[in-house]
Amino acid sequence: MELYSFLRHFADSWMLILMVALILGVVLYTFRPGSRSLHDDAANSIFRNDRRPAPAGAGAGSRNTKEA
Amino acid sequence: MWDYVKLVVLGVIAVLAAIAANYAHDLAYMVNAIVVMLAAALTFLWVLRSMGEPVAASANEYNDGVVRAGVIATAFWGVVGFLVGVVIAFQLAFPALNIPGIEGILNFGRLRPLHTSAVIFAFGGNGLICTAFYVVQRTSAARLWGGGLAWFVFWGWQLMVVLAATSYVLGGTQSKEYAETVWYIDWWIVVVWLSFLAVFLGTLINRKEPHIYVANWFYLAFIITVAMLHVVNNVALPVSILSSKSVPAWAGVQDAMIQWWYGHNAVGFFLTAGFLGMMYYFVPKQAERPIYSYKLSIIHFWALIFMYIWAGPHHLHFTALPDWAQTLGMVFSVMLWMPSWGGMINGLMTLSGAWDKLRTDPVIRMMVVAIGFYGMSTFEGPMMSIKAVNSLSHYTDWTIGHVHSGALGWNGMITFGALYFLTPRLWNRERLYSLSLVSWHFWLATIGIVLYAASMWVSGIMEGLMWREVDANGFLVNAFADTVAAKFPMNVVRGVGGLLFLSGAIIMCYNLWMTVRAMPAKASAPAAVPAE
Repeated sequence: MELYSFLRHFADSWMLILMVALILGVVLYTFRPGSRSLHDDAANSIFRNDRRPAPAGAGAGSRNTKEA
Repeated sequence: MWDYVKLVVLGVIAVLAAIAANYAHDLAYMVNAIVVMLAAALTFLWVLRSMGEPVAASANEYNDGVVRAGVIATAFWGVVGFLVGVVIAFQLAFPALNIPGIEGILNFGRLRPLHTSAVIFAFGGNGLICTAFYVVQRTSAARLWGGGLAWFVFWGWQLMVVLAATSYVLGGTQSKEYAETVWYIDWWIVVVWLSFLAVFLGTLINRKEPHIYVANWFYLAFIITVAMLHVVNNVALPVSILSSKSVPAWAGVQDAMIQWWYGHNAVGFFLTAGFLGMMYYFVPKQAERPIYSYKLSIIHFWALIFMYIWAGPHHLHFTALPDWAQTLGMVFSVMLWMPSWGGMINGLMTLSGAWDKLRTDPVIRMMVVAIGFYGMSTFEGPMMSIKAVNSLSHYTDWTIGHVHSGALGWNGMITFGALYFLTPRLWNRERLYSLSLVSWHFWLATIGIVLYAASMWVSGIMEGLMWREVDANGFLVNAFADTVAAKFPMNVVRGVGGLLFLSGAIIMCYNLWMTVRAMPAKASAPAAVPAE
């Protein structure tokens, strides 16, 4: 089979299945149990650290409280 | 030591640019070489004068200087781009404005790419870069990575804009829409853009927040995808190292397909994903409420990323492009409607419970109208991508109207909202100089867009119908010139709409200027915190 036809068939069969599975996986993963508190926290992260960076000691995982 | 390296490199660039200007094969190349020479010489002087000064970088503060510069550049290039747009709109209505003598430099054909690049890459690009730098620092709780690299991105981008503008009016172009910049400017864009990516990614990696906020996903997708699109669409072999001319690597329908794969995703990732990054940060901040649904924002992101990249072929309906590719482009464009409206609903519903802010806060009103136009143009676009509709709308003013309701309504208004949000904060001012001037800007811009879009709908549908009108014997009824004559009143209304939009932007510049000049500084932070 010539390259063009091979790629054409691959694209609208296996690759298509892979892509659809990926997006469905992403959507399902978004609704996984226990994600709500993480998402609420992320949605509120824009209200922290407005004026200056978090102190040097704080790594990813620790959060400072909302600034005055 | 590092400064000496910089001086040597800058000196060599300046000398090489001078030599290149001397031996240039065409005018656009020569003027560009002179611009590069001047830019390198000025940077040389600046590095020389600031040598030995202690570097006062503090990890305890955000790098807001580069964001301030970006805000100024965004406002400035905005006015320039809108002004050129108004000029070319009236050139279409009154061809006498293609003034003899400067024909070949300031006529419609030369100014049109100047207008599109000025508004997309100079106004939009600066707005995206400066808001990306602002947002990624706040949501990562970390200073911009890379020290002076952010400033390199800023000045490198301004140099690109000046090179492109001077090149276009002198005839330097590779004739690809939204990718007119000639080969050496394309290379420079790659350098600046990868630096932008490095600064953005470096800051994300240094973040103190556990989660990467969704606005940064959109910004990152925008940066990475634009890098990919730009490189693939601009693979070309220069005719000579001393000429602005080059030969593209692809030919025929492949070239057309790659151009519109680039072109539509420039809309999808530059003008949509990047500006959605703005929306997901500035709308919740201005409304002082978190985004309506964080889950919806994640789904919005992934659906957009998965679908947008396939939509390009709808620019090539009824051409030599294979039928299946045209249909694919149409189907993905129609599917895109869903994530787009999901995002619109997410932005609008962020105001639920705070709808009164629409009455009291003209800045949030601006952002909400921007989201409204996002919804409107992401409905209109899929509709126009349907082959039956496209056979009427393609090559007519309807397309131009669609682009402008997206660009003026969505990109313009959300950027204005972000500038109004940023200016008091970046210059530490209590509030904006005048809210009633914001309202003036809002109404001038909104009425301007309505005039623009409505006149282009009428003009475009009329054109499409006139082009396909046949008499009883099957002969075409109208010559092309007949449609040009019939469009005159709509062209005038379009110019007036642009003029209103431009006046609004000038009022904004005055308002922002007075905010910095005349408003009292905000009361200082508690004593324990070091002053900036």
